[in-house]
Amino acid sequence: MTNHTFPYLDVLVLLPLFGAALVAIAARTSDQIARSIALAVSLLELVVAVLLLVHFKTGSGAFQFTSHHSYASALGITWNLGIDGISLFLVQLTALLIPIVLLGTSVKAKGGAYAAWMLVLEAATIMSFVALDLMVFFVAFELTLIPSYFLIAGYGHERRAFAAVKFFIMTFLGSAFLLIGIIYLGIVHQHQTGGPLTFALGALAHTHLSSGTAIVVSLAFLAAFAVKAPLFPLHTWSPDAYREAPAGASMVLSAVLAKLGTYGIIRFNLTLFPHASKTLAPLVLTLAVIGIIYGATVACAQKDMKRLVAYSSLAQVGFIALGTFAFTSQGLTGAVVMMLNHGLITAAFFLVIGWIYERRGTWQVGELKGLQGPAPILAAVFTIIMLASIGLPGLNGFVGEFLVLLGTFLSHRWWAVVATTGVVIAEMYLLWAYQQAFHGKAEGANATTADLTVAERLIVAPLLILIVVLGVYPNLVIARITPSVARELAPIVQTTTGVYHRAMHSIAISGRPSGSDLDAGVIGAGEVQR
Amino acid sequence: MLHAAYLIIAFPLLGSLLLMTFGRRLGEPVAGWLGTAAITASFVVAVVVFFGVLHAHQTDCIPGLLCQGSPIAPGSLLNDQFVQHLFNWVNVGGFHANVDLLVDPLSITMCLFITGISAMIHLYSIAYMHGEEDFTKFFIYLNLFVTSMLILVLGGNLLLTFIGWEGVGVCSYWLVSYYFQKDSAASAGKKAFIYNRVGDVGFLLAIFILYSQLHTVSYVEIFQRAGHLSPLWATMAVLALVLAASGKSAQIPLFNWLPDAMEGPTPVSALIHAATMVTAGVYLLCRLHGVVNLSSTGQGVICGVGLATAFVAATVATSQSDIKKGLAFSTVSQIGFMVLAVGTKNYEAAIFLMVAHAFFKALLFLGSGSVIHALDGEQEMVRMGGLRKVLPWTFGTFMIGWLAIAGVPPFAGFFAKGSVLDGVFAKSPVLWALALLTALLTAYYMSRLFYLTFTGEERFTAVGPNGEPGIEHPHESPWHMRFPLVVLAILSAAGGAIDLPWVHTWGLDTFLNPVFLTTTPAATNSGSTQLFLAIADAVVAVAGIGLAWVLWRGKAARPELTPAFLKRVWFWDDAYDAVIGRPATALSKAAAIVDDEVIDGAVLGTATLVRRGADQLRKAQDGYVRTYALSIAAGMAAFLIYLVTRVFS
Amino acid sequence: MSVNPSWFLILSALLFSIGAFGLLIRRNVLVMFMCVELMLNAANLSFVTFSRMLGDIGGQATVFFVLVVAAAEVVVGLGLVVAIFRRRHHAVVDDLSSMKG
Repeated sequence: MTNHTFPYLDVLVLLPLFGAALVAIAARTSDQIARSIALAVSLLELVVAVLLLVHFKTGSGAFQFTSHHSYASALGITWNLGIDGISLFLVQLTALLIPIVLLGTSVKAKGGAYAAWMLVLEAATIMSFVALDLMVFFVAFELTLIPSYFLIAGYGHERRAFAAVKFFIMTFLGSAFLLIGIIYLGIVHQHQTGGPLTFALGALAHTHLSSGTAIVVSLAFLAAFAVKAPLFPLHTWSPDAYREAPAGASMVLSAVLAKLGTYGIIRFNLTLFPHASKTLAPLVLTLAVIGIIYGATVACAQKDMKRLVAYSSLAQVGFIALGTFAFTSQGLTGAVVMMLNHGLITAAFFLVIGWIYERRGTWQVGELKGLQGPAPILAAVFTIIMLASIGLPGLNGFVGEFLVLLGTFLSHRWWAVVATTGVVIAEMYLLWAYQQAFHGKAEGANATTADLTVAERLIVAPLLILIVVLGVYPNLVIARITPSVARELAPIVQTTTGVYHRAMHSIAISGRPSGSDLDAGVIGAGEVQR
Repeated sequence: MLHAAYLIIAFPLLGSLLLMTFGRRLGEPVAGWLGTAAITASFVVAVVVFFGVLHAHQTDCIPGLLCQGSPIAPGSLLNDQFVQHLFNWVNVGGFHANVDLLVDPLSITMCLFITGISAMIHLYSIAYMHGEEDFTKFFIYLNLFVTSMLILVLGGNLLLTFIGWEGVGVCSYWLVSYYFQKDSAASAGKKAFIYNRVGDVGFLLAIFILYSQLHTVSYVEIFQRAGHLSPLWATMAVLALVLAASGKSAQIPLFNWLPDAMEGPTPVSALIHAATMVTAGVYLLCRLHGVVNLSSTGQGVICGVGLATAFVAATVATSQSDIKKGLAFSTVSQIGFMVLAVGTKNYEAAIFLMVAHAFFKALLFLGSGSVIHALDGEQEMVRMGGLRKVLPWTFGTFMIGWLAIAGVPPFAGFFAKGSVLDGVFAKSPVLWALALLTALLTAYYMSRLFYLTFTGEERFTAVGPNGEPGIEHPHESPWHMRFPLVVLAILSAAGGAIDLPWVHTWGLDTFLNPVFLTTTPAATNSGSTQLFLAIADAVVAVAGIGLAWVLWRGKAARPELTPAFLKRVWFWDDAYDAVIGRPATALSKAAAIVDDEVIDGAVLGTATLVRRGADQLRKAQDGYVRTYALSIAAGMAAFLIYLVTRVFS
Repeated sequence: MSVNPSWFLILSALLFSIGAFGLLIRRNVLVMFMCVELMLNAANLSFVTFSRMLGDIGGQATVFFVLVVAAAEVVVGLGLVVAIFRRRHHAVVDDLSSMKG
């Protein structure tokens, strides 16, 4: 545990909150000024996040930059923050996306309030990712709903009110179970230790539950996270919400906010209920595989680009869940990598689709045609994003998908085989949509579609650069993720002896001198077992 | 010299990056020259590295390389394999996949002909693509393609090969749908990509199977450990590899994307869809020969796929009216021969045919491009004929290509196809007879194509069957187009010399032997058998040519010889559409309805249920104070009664 | 005749019942208001009685709270009644059901 002199995490959480207050005040006089302030705050936040990345210790799987303050000790709640390889890149992603959203998307009116809500959303999301106290996490998890609701209902499209309420109620219903689960766990833990009430993750992980109880409580946690992710069959809020939300909110919602679900599963379900998670694995794996095939199949029938991306996300989230519950280091690493990569890809998708909407006033694939002629750069950008989403090697989407499938194949062969076929379907709908919208001869309004402006190219550039760089050199993220993954898997692998032995066998047989930290992490976890 | 291998990839990559950045400013034709120069540089490096590998035959190790050269055990598969480590790539748990180049006789052979032919085709394209709006973009794609292809062949592990594998796929997608404003081109590009992706599932599964059994994806280690593979898993791996190969190399059941891919510009057809990319599947099978060797079932399946494809495609090629489609089916058929060779463990012959085929098929495609160029884009052979006089250079070179593919001695095709057929004979005379029949068809359909295009009356001057205006003055192509034709013609004519059957001290066979370490099956045939086989090959070639002469001399169309069954590719596409396409579309529509009605219906239904219940409950709130007061009083009374009964019980 | 504390409790119960009964059967807002006051004071009476019986001053203190709350309620309630009277010229509660669900 290292305590840095500079409280990175507290700053990351509080800076956007204060910024939001400032922006809200400024919005009374001028939306223009308010948005400039918001942009400045979000860029400052990005700088802090990058500094954190620079100071992050690569070889370590432990929580870093921990911040511990007593908050409401009578209730057992402590301001307990920390970051590890699993949450690191989600925080980075959030910090990167908000400035891009503020620069790249616009709303017709009340731009100041829009920016302020975005900053609140950023604060709540980052707080969720770094919270190590279950109550603090829960508060942050719920806090994300408020700005999301106002962003959808206030700035969305035709059926925004319906979509916002549906989104709110479905996720809220899930979190009700989560709250009950957290409180139950806290009280049981207090009974067992006889000490004070606590909701700290590290302490609660040592709670002893009978296997039946553990399954019920872990299902309560899973309910909240599965809705948020969204996992099949709890996904139906997402096509509506992504479709009706303004482009910026769709980006944050799908890229970062939905990751709270999969992140929550990894951070809380796996840590708190290793045995129960193992028992539930066949169920979740099956749902994940269904989600992959089903999401891709339904996406094939979509005529609306935003809904198409929403269903494609369902399939991608299926892959993340698959990797998570494969319980192999490759699978879980792949899942974490994929959370980052899917975030980048889907955000870029919604950004570009938003720009198409600004030009043509529609997302209906059938109304677009031949855009590659008048707008070649737009087409090129869309192509790169599409290929990354398909999982083309050399772009970022591939690495996560491959590791997930490989990891799953090692422990749950048939699930992996079925999921692999999802790769093909995923390609069909994207290529179809691309052909409809960009190929052919452009006529009428399509023929005069403006290409991306220089400013727009610069805005989307960071996402594209990351898409390429993380595809060519994924070690940048993998090296930071694997130690934490090894730590996370250690208790589960102990119960999953078959997989465990196979994993050890693989290390033994490959016989390579494992000089790198990554191997040390895995082998270290194994030696504890021995 | 071997450590320069990365430059083979670096030059085309640099070329494409430069073109991406400055291409627009350079414009035509400078962008084309830049692209050609990049590939030529790559070819020069490949030659240098080739001599390095050749030299390494005598010594065991090259300094400055991670040397895997010294034999670990007698008969080890590691001879002459050199791995160049560039950087770490994906390392998770026990899984290691680094960017390593494997520079051995096999990969350098591939590199040589890929870069060489690519350079020729780049040069050709400068003239062919003249005046195209997206001239620069074409060369970006082409350079990217060569980069990917070289990564594919030089990759030292399955994952790196997969990068190249997908890279060539996506470049093929871009280049096939290069004329994106044409709907047919856009659809063809999509079709090619999707068929390839189906094959990729096989590739991924092969990686998973091999990794889960052998705990490595590096080729060198796979060969070291191949012995640990159980027969069942070996068969599974081979079947997955066959699926992968059938996607990329257009074999049954995934072959029908290739003819559609002819929508791309002709140089693309020559480079990607004849000489290089489509042979990647064969390369993959050869590369993993250690695994293929373990499964006789797998070999049987490979033989079956190869022979069936060769035969079906050859029959279809006899009835095509579009010159490029005819050549496309011929390509499918020839790759079928290569796959057949792999199935008979005759890897050297597969590579030999691959190289020879690259020469003559690239030549034929470029020749057809020259014809199409001269006729302002006309591809229907009905509107050709008599081009012999108008296009003398094209005619002469095309003729050499034709004789080579037909298998007339002493052209390259005779020796290459001969060594494949020898191997098949050694395995099974029945298969050999079928293969020989296919060879007869090959000679026949190529001759038909040749006669229709170059001999007979000049049909292009007349108004076409669909009212196309006549073409008055077709012109021979400029020198940049003629030069590659001549070079390739020389190679097609003399290419057989790289592996003459009676030479055993040098040549491709000897060069590749350290990789495959198998005795060529043909060598098991006795001398007299070999002579008999060679004569049979030559006779069949001449017979095919003669048959076509009898049937097609002076004719433009013979509907009775080109039935719809063959024209429509054994109704293959229609069958796919009926069995897979339409049901899948229906399924996805049904799934969308299920999502809206059933799953979302359940969600919204719950909401409706709650609202209905609330509607009932709210009637209790009638707004009268007395009702509320009464219910409060009633509640209190109930509470009192409860207390009283508890106290007194 | 000494006064037994239970008499006070009986009186309190009677007053409360009268108040509750009145609240239920009357329609006039002012009368209902008086009934509520009756109930409140019945409760106060029991508070004081028990306070005396148990020697706990807390009961009598509570009465003051109740008195203050009752006064506040009368202020708001009568204000509402006056407002309703101005608009409708009568104060029959059954006509005031616009807040129904």
